[in-house]
Amino acid sequence: MSTDTPPSAAATRWVELAVALLIIVGGAIVVTDSYRVGVSWDANGPQAGYFPHIIGWLLTVVGTWIAVKTLFRWSALAGKSFVSSHELRLVLAMFVPTAVYIVLLQYIGIYVASALYIGAFMIWQGKYKLLPTVMVSVGVPVVMFLLFEIWFLVPLPKGPLEHWLGY
Amino acid sequence: MEELSNLFQGFQVAISYKNLLFMLIGILLGVLIGVLPGLGGANGVAILLPLTFTMPPTSAIIMLSCIYWGALFGGAITSILFNIPGEPWSVATTFDGYPMAQKGRAGEALTAAFTSSFVGALFAVLLITFLAPLVARFALQFGPPEYFAIQLLTFCSFVGMGREPPAKTIASMMLGFALAAVGLDTVTGTLRMTFGRTELLQGFDFLIAVIGLFGLGEIFLTMEEGLSFQGKSGKIDPIIVLRTWAQLPKFWVTSLRSCIIGCWMGITPGGATPASFMSYGMARRMSKNGPTFGEGQIEGVIAPETAAHAAGTSALLPMLTLGIPGSPTAAVLLGGLLIWGLQPGPLLFVEKKDFVWGLIASMYLGNIAGLLIVLTTVPFWAAILRIPFSIIAPVIVVICAIGAYTVHSNMFDVVMMLVFGVVGYAFKKLKYPLAPMVLALVLGDMAETAFRQSMLLSAGSLAIFWSNGLVGSIVTLALVILCWPLISRARESLRKRPAPA
Repeated sequence: MSTDTPPSAAATRWVELAVALLIIVGGAIVVTDSYRVGVSWDANGPQAGYFPHIIGWLLTVVGTWIAVKTLFRWSALAGKSFVSSHELRLVLAMFVPTAVYIVLLQYIGIYVASALYIGAFMIWQGKYKLLPTVMVSVGVPVVMFLLFEIWFLVPLPKGPLEHWLGY
Repeated sequence: MEELSNLFQGFQVAISYKNLLFMLIGILLGVLIGVLPGLGGANGVAILLPLTFTMPPTSAIIMLSCIYWGALFGGAITSILFNIPGEPWSVATTFDGYPMAQKGRAGEALTAAFTSSFVGALFAVLLITFLAPLVARFALQFGPPEYFAIQLLTFCSFVGMGREPPAKTIASMMLGFALAAVGLDTVTGTLRMTFGRTELLQGFDFLIAVIGLFGLGEIFLTMEEGLSFQGKSGKIDPIIVLRTWAQLPKFWVTSLRSCIIGCWMGITPGGATPASFMSYGMARRMSKNGPTFGEGQIEGVIAPETAAHAAGTSALLPMLTLGIPGSPTAAVLLGGLLIWGLQPGPLLFVEKKDFVWGLIASMYLGNIAGLLIVLTTVPFWAAILRIPFSIIAPVIVVICAIGAYTVHSNMFDVVMMLVFGVVGYAFKKLKYPLAPMVLALVLGDMAETAFRQSMLLSAGSLAIFWSNGLVGSIVTLALVILCWPLISRARESLRKRPAPA
């Protein structure tokens, strides 16, 4: 038995159970809303909820099945790790900046946000110096701008900087 | 033969300067997409789809399908040189491709991979050329019950023949259907599951789901491994190419078998990924070099690559003729067809001959061009991968975000892309298959319409699905495949019963 298994951040069986419960909840939502719009027939044929409510019930049943199976195998699954703390830290190192980027992009526009996002990655993860970082992190959005705004004529979210520059 | 004359007309459409240029751009973009993690075949086509809205549909589909071929070729490059599969269907190529590169035989491995891909794709395109019109004519007899039956067969195959636990496959599929149902119901005009939020009026677009699930999800997974791209050198010189080509005909049995496996998996929805694994497994079992697989056996590269390309290409057959995509990328292309106002199915062959045969002709050209381009540009792609992950990863995310935004010019979609990314990450780790979810999302509305129309025809009775020989046999087949795991388990336990006392 190896003694150097990395510390686990989340056990597989808990995550399996949580996902199964979420599926059950999802199924319940679909079923409830389907009953709201009507699941049987009216003068024009099947009501809007006819097809979805079958889906909702299937979701609920399948979710329950997975949850029950997970509970049955509870002790057999003990010790299996979904993600180790080390791995989780790496994934969060990607996820958190991305989430911040997506929030920012609504306020300062995609070009400035992308420059900050790429720059942050290059400095924190890549340990680059300021000059090469600025060259790439500003260069890429500039290319994007030329490509999308000017060549493809596809408007992307813009912020105060672009408005100030007249776009 | 009628097919050949149609094909020649198709070539005339495909060989125009504009379309040839799009072909070239498509292949180059495709290889780039295939080489970069996080930008995959399905994902890449999804991101570029909105940009093709202003192009004529024939040129657009030529470019998009060339991106597809390029991605099929590109996935092999990183598998062999870096032991990192650029695409899910190139995983099996790493088994023998990377050991070959480690032994200094990278050039051989790459040549073998690209040539096998070409052979597989060519086989599939020939199949499409001659089979598609037949299937299309056959499909003219289809009414709503038959269409629903085919879709039922599709989804049951995922459950019955998939490698993931059936319960999780069903869950994934149903989630896809549920997501497809959100928004305005076009038949009754009622809003379903929008809970008063205007952003959900249009429902969830499959493009956003694909970019999030296959794009961001893949990047999150890649981050776990703390990736660094240290690859082997990938120089190919013409002598190695010729020498490898001389060797390849020896393995024609493996090649033929892989073509057949690939076409079968492409047509019955499975796709390139299961095809590559199945082909590798069978080759290992049936070849006399079997025991040396995994140590750098060239057959171990030929088998998965041929099958993956044959599957990827033949996935377009059911997509064009029946409207059933045989792979996630074909699903995205199907979505594209619908957006351009083209209804896949038998009428497409009748009403839009130029489009269909132009596309089929471009498949031949695209594959030849793809093979030549990819053989000559390998060092370039290898160099791109040496760009450190800290630069490439955020750039890929930015591209995905742009892709998600350009679909409906909707910020909400970008947020949903991130949510789908988390779902993709979690689902992949828990072995919930993603392909059924995407297929259900693309086909959900069509399946519901077919079901509804069938019910209207039968005034609510399910008996319509056994009302004639065609429908009845398809539905029965679907149910048998659905229950296949149970049936095979029952057979196994019966076989174990008579134990010697």
